[in-house]
Amino acid sequence: MKSLNRVLVILLAVGMLVGCAFSGFAAPAPKVGIVFDIGGLGDQSFNDSAYVGLQRLANELGHGTRYVESNTPSDYEPNLASLAREGYDVVWGIGFLMADAVQKVAKQFPNTKFGIIDHGYSEEEYRAIPNVLGILYKEHEGSFLVGVLAALTTQTNTVGFVGGMDIPVIHRFEAGYKAGVWKTNPKMNVIVNYSGVFDDPGKGKSVADSMFRGRKADVVFHAAGSTGIGVIRAAEDHGKWAIGVDSDQNHLAPNNVLNSMIKRVDVGVFEGTKMLLKPGFTGRTVVLGLRENAVGLAPEKSNRASASATAKALEWAKIIARGEYVVPEFPADADKLYKK
Amino acid sequence: MSMNSKSKAWWRELLVPVVAVLVGLAIGAVFMLFTGANPLDAYRALLSGCFGSPVNLSETIVYVTPLICTGLSIAVAFRAGLFNIGAEGQMIVGMLASAIVGYALTGLPRIIHLPLTILSGMVAGGLWAAVPGYLKARFGVHEVVNSIMMNYIALYFSHYLVNGPIKDPNLASPYSPEIADAAKLWRFVGGHGSEFRVNSGIIIAIVAAILIYRLLYKTTKGYEIRAVGLNPEAARYAGIDVSTAMARSMLIAGSMAGLAGAIQVCGIQYKFLDLFAFEGFGFDGIAVALLAKGNPYGILAAASLFGVLNRGSQMMQLLARVPKETAGIIQASVVFLVAAEGIVEGWLPIRRMAKLDVAGKEETR
Repeated sequence: MKSLNRVLVILLAVGMLVGCAFSGFAAPAPKVGIVFDIGGLGDQSFNDSAYVGLQRLANELGHGTRYVESNTPSDYEPNLASLAREGYDVVWGIGFLMADAVQKVAKQFPNTKFGIIDHGYSEEEYRAIPNVLGILYKEHEGSFLVGVLAALTTQTNTVGFVGGMDIPVIHRFEAGYKAGVWKTNPKMNVIVNYSGVFDDPGKGKSVADSMFRGRKADVVFHAAGSTGIGVIRAAEDHGKWAIGVDSDQNHLAPNNVLNSMIKRVDVGVFEGTKMLLKPGFTGRTVVLGLRENAVGLAPEKSNRASASATAKALEWAKIIARGEYVVPEFPADADKLYKK
Repeated sequence: MSMNSKSKAWWRELLVPVVAVLVGLAIGAVFMLFTGANPLDAYRALLSGCFGSPVNLSETIVYVTPLICTGLSIAVAFRAGLFNIGAEGQMIVGMLASAIVGYALTGLPRIIHLPLTILSGMVAGGLWAAVPGYLKARFGVHEVVNSIMMNYIALYFSHYLVNGPIKDPNLASPYSPEIADAAKLWRFVGGHGSEFRVNSGIIIAIVAAILIYRLLYKTTKGYEIRAVGLNPEAARYAGIDVSTAMARSMLIAGSMAGLAGAIQVCGIQYKFLDLFAFEGFGFDGIAVALLAKGNPYGILAAASLFGVLNRGSQMMQLLARVPKETAGIIQASVVFLVAAEGIVEGWLPIRRMAKLDVAGKEETR
């Protein structure tokens, strides 16, 4: 009984101390909420990377955080609105699919700050939604580096690219990759295929199969979500190379994933939240690239390229980050680098 | 005596779904305990998230509305003995047609433009469903396989359209242009940008349920549809044109799913937004129709339950950190128990009472 009392007293004292410590902060910590699209958590890639950014906000800056996964596209708007209504200071939409929903909800809640990944609005649109930050990535800069690695690894002078849907953001991957290959060797063959879907590994595998077998490619880069998992499986089957995307995908096939083009969605969420919370913020788009460490190669432990190829890619990374070479953003511009 | 047994039957019909819902909620609670969440908090979040404020109530109605229409769609086909798995695709073409008619025509007065836009969605959905309906009636091709395939055709066709011909050239994202104001449904509170998204679509959906009820139970055509569903051979023998009745029910089913799409476009989205996957209203409609046992008025109740659970799954994540899959577990448990109603009846004293009833009758005879 006595010891129980002592425990209670200690608990009470600790409780009071903690209480005092917390009341010492005058302003409550900002609250940050994010809404995922229907892909949701657990994709080992895009959405999980955004979640890492949210965790960093909680752990490093002490922000209150919450996330909501959407069941259907019709959930985007109510989910964004619910977070705003619950008093979250910053609300993120993860993925360009939410562009329309963010725009609508941002108009309804002018006192809440909103961020969106992979979308930028026009200046005219920002005038109506000065509380929104759009984050775009220079995927072409990171893709350029894996293009260099591919060109210095292939033995058949033929490399491949598998895109998901035929949309502008994926075109940036294609353009950067081609530029990286042709800046290294302008005569190399680059086979391009758009599978049309982001969620069909079977299709990814059959496309990559034909690239490896019929068309003699020996390195294939994918920017195709989980369709790309099929590309990696095909590389495993044929003993060839695949290049991963968005997050480090080496663990999927450690001996056949040459490297991965990392896209740091977490950097966007983390840095973007800080920008949104600065007083005087007005609506704009921020583009993150190699200079901001928001795109790039996978960590060294996941790199299977030769030391000389890696050195060459890192050399390019410095040149691009310094702005001495501008990587083409559109496939048509990259195609000009090819020489028959 | 007959009055008495009739009211008893009604009471019995209602008892099974109600018990199924309660047991479903209990099963959901067990899974929540597994994941470390507090079920009481979660269900409180569900209730306050769905009904706790005017805005939440408005959102709940927004979630319920399309489910009424897709539930009716599945129910009408089911009455003719057909399984319309294609409501999802029919809804997509309904959305496409309404979006196109909504933005392509300009300068029309509301009294013409709005009905035209809604009707075009219904017609498109109806035609989409007529394809498997015709193939079934004419060649006996199984409608389940066909209507599933029609879903994929609709989904990928919509990808093509919204990334090409009907894409808004002023936007980077794959959306159609916004429909004209004259084609938008009225939002009860505030203008078209109001955060209260509840709109006259809910009234249209309720009227549709009443009309479908009258069609099925008060008209000859409806009688034919039901007769074909109960026993096509007997219906044929009785002189009913089975093929026509089947095709007709699919046409109506498709137009109901198309109506769901039209209401989403004219009341909520105002444009066609590219879909990366099926939205699930058509598939949820199957569960709604099953829970309602195909009764149009029951569908109003079943759609409300599923709408509340769908909206609630989002609010439980937000307010109580319960994973969204929990609502899926509750929904699946409810449907499972309704489908296997014998299990529920076994728990209840119904069967014994039913037996007593029969025994009583026999005695009087």
